[in-house]
Amino acid sequence: MTLAALALAIALGAGAPPGAGPTVRVGSKTFTESVVLGELAAQLAASAGARAQHRAALGGTRVVWEALRRGEIDVYPDYTGTLWREILGEAPRDLAALRAALAREGAGATASLGFEDNYAIGLRRDVAARLGVRRISDLERFPRLRFGFTNEFLDRSDGWPALRARYRLPQEDVRGLDHDLAYRAIEEGAIDATDLYSTDAELRRRDLAVLEDDRRAFPVYQAVLVYRLDLAARAPAALAAIRRLEERISADEMIDLNARAQLDRVPAPEVAAAFLRAKLDVRPAVAADGLLRRVLRRTAEHLALVAVALSAAIVAAVPLGIWAARRRRAGRIVLGVVGVVQTVPSLALLVFMIPLLGIGARPAIAALFLYALLPIVRGTHAGLTGIAPELREAAASLGLPPRARLRLIDLPLALPHVLSGVKTSAVITVGTATLGALIGAGGYGQPILTGVRLASVPLILEGAVPAALLALAVQGAFDLVERGLVPRGLRGANG
Amino acid sequence: MPGPVLALDRAVKRYGPGAQVGPLTIAARPGETLALIGPSGAGKSTVLRLLLGLLSPDDGAVRLDGAPLRAGDPSVRRRFGYVIQGGGLFPHLTAEANVALVPRWLRWSPARLAERVRALAALTRFPEEALARFPSELSGGQAQRVGLMRALALDPDLLLLDEPLGALDPITRAELQDDLRRVFAELGKTVVLVTHDLAEAAFFSRRLVLLRDGRVAQEGTLEELARAPADAFVSAFVHAHRAVALPERA
Repeated sequence: MTLAALALAIALGAGAPPGAGPTVRVGSKTFTESVVLGELAAQLAASAGARAQHRAALGGTRVVWEALRRGEIDVYPDYTGTLWREILGEAPRDLAALRAALAREGAGATASLGFEDNYAIGLRRDVAARLGVRRISDLERFPRLRFGFTNEFLDRSDGWPALRARYRLPQEDVRGLDHDLAYRAIEEGAIDATDLYSTDAELRRRDLAVLEDDRRAFPVYQAVLVYRLDLAARAPAALAAIRRLEERISADEMIDLNARAQLDRVPAPEVAAAFLRAKLDVRPAVAADGLLRRVLRRTAEHLALVAVALSAAIVAAVPLGIWAARRRRAGRIVLGVVGVVQTVPSLALLVFMIPLLGIGARPAIAALFLYALLPIVRGTHAGLTGIAPELREAAASLGLPPRARLRLIDLPLALPHVLSGVKTSAVITVGTATLGALIGAGGYGQPILTGVRLASVPLILEGAVPAALLALAVQGAFDLVERGLVPRGLRGANG
Repeated sequence: MPGPVLALDRAVKRYGPGAQVGPLTIAARPGETLALIGPSGAGKSTVLRLLLGLLSPDDGAVRLDGAPLRAGDPSVRRRFGYVIQGGGLFPHLTAEANVALVPRWLRWSPARLAERVRALAALTRFPEEALARFPSELSGGQAQRVGLMRALALDPDLLLLDEPLGALDPITRAELQDDLRRVFAELGKTVVLVTHDLAEAAFFSRRLVLLRDGRVAQEGTLEELARAPADAFVSAFVHAHRAVALPERA
């Protein structure tokens, strides 16, 4: 537990850059434009003396909005149409009305950053040419076309449902996939059409035809920065600096920034810094971390997640396993419940935690904790119920009280099983913790996530290789612990 | 004659419809060695577990010093020493730790503990240098001696043994038989011993209880069983055992 506390302290310490000003935490959604805008806001806040953090690619609209409402982040980039429909659930009106509505939720919005990012539909250029499709209304005639939409677009009321209703689209092969993966699916010919943002870097490429929204299904999405109203009092200088972005980014410039980040694979902090230097004459002090420092910081974050979750799981699961072994019926229920938890997809479990615990390390630890339970409960249960009948009888005949019997005989006999359960949990936890980055918990998942977004193998490896090494190290460490803890008489007996 | 120290009083243990052991009335008198014999499935081990309190009877009673046995009471438990086939040693503990398990938990002083273990090793002729070994590193005979030491650690007044010499080679078995009989005689404890071997039962005990199908077929000395068998089963059981007629050594 001390190790866990230490690792947590390092991780928390590593998250905050030095500086004396107020802390400003910026969040962003899981696509490149949002990450770049978030980075711009964070660097501007830092240039005004704030201790700025950017929790990049936290999640979808609801995740980031909830994080703002809970005060886990202070600022994030969003779009007027999204705010109206997804957050406020009303038909879009003007910016003044939007600000008034957001104020009731404790939030404010900047003026437009200068560009719109509207939904659009992109069709493979060769398909568009062959079929003669130029407008979205033309799609009605080709029911066999295959659509691959982002999951958010599929679910949003102003996305696919609105589009299909407005244009009476008959297509049935409609799949949900990640935005950045959709482009690759188009490239490989796995799908014919996808949803686009009108500032996507990919629009610079030739293989997509953007279809005209001739019946005006999509609302207008002006980019703004949403912030907590208390920021004005807490960090006025930082807020003023962030507002310097208002009306400063044109649609073409945004496409450029996206292309730099996504196609040229320049890290978002550098893309943002270059823009701020050129456009606003701001020279932010972004010391880009070296590879070693990055890996060390993420190792600390990752270890903290694993150590806290695993320690808590051991503390909870061993007694549960003991209880399950003692009462047969309760035991079946306990094993069943922890087994069901295990079947919940890890991503879903992480997202379930957000309404309860917000974003960051806490919900990730809670989800990892739940995941780590099953192998330990099962190991403890198997170890205890597997004790040979004659040893059980010998133990019963000695006249030790139950607690002493458990400590002196039953648990030591079950120890190899318990430890192998803990080892399994530890290795699973190291792997699953990479998903923690999806909800802002950091760790090795961060570069993997960015790497997937940017289709950058080196970035993916920057997270995947240390994660694999850590899993091996954890396995090795537990082998040593096993050798130290399991008495000679039991070794090899339980594999 | 003093009253029985440990007894079954019309005790019944049911295992399902039509399958039961008992009703049984068996009494062990202070200081005697009582042997329970019978073919496999006769209920010998069930009787022993009832006497030990590891099973409780569905009908009738188990009595210790004439009062119902309070099996859950630790002070009652510690009046029993129990030796099972193969020793039943805990594999995670050394021979010494197996013997010293309960005394150590009772916080005996190290000096007292060491003295007790040494005395038990001498009594059971267990080599002291093997005390640090784990059960997997002991021979079958050694493991059985450790099981006996563990049962005797708290100096109980009742010693119950379930096939203590099964699965041992003949030489080891004969050695242990001699040692066990000597130990029983030296300590003067009340002993109940389960065996399927008539010769072994008669070697340890004057009084034999022959069980069949969960009931007492006959109780008495070996001569009584042989001369006046209660039924054909007793006669068959007694005569199924053949003595080896060894020729004179040259």
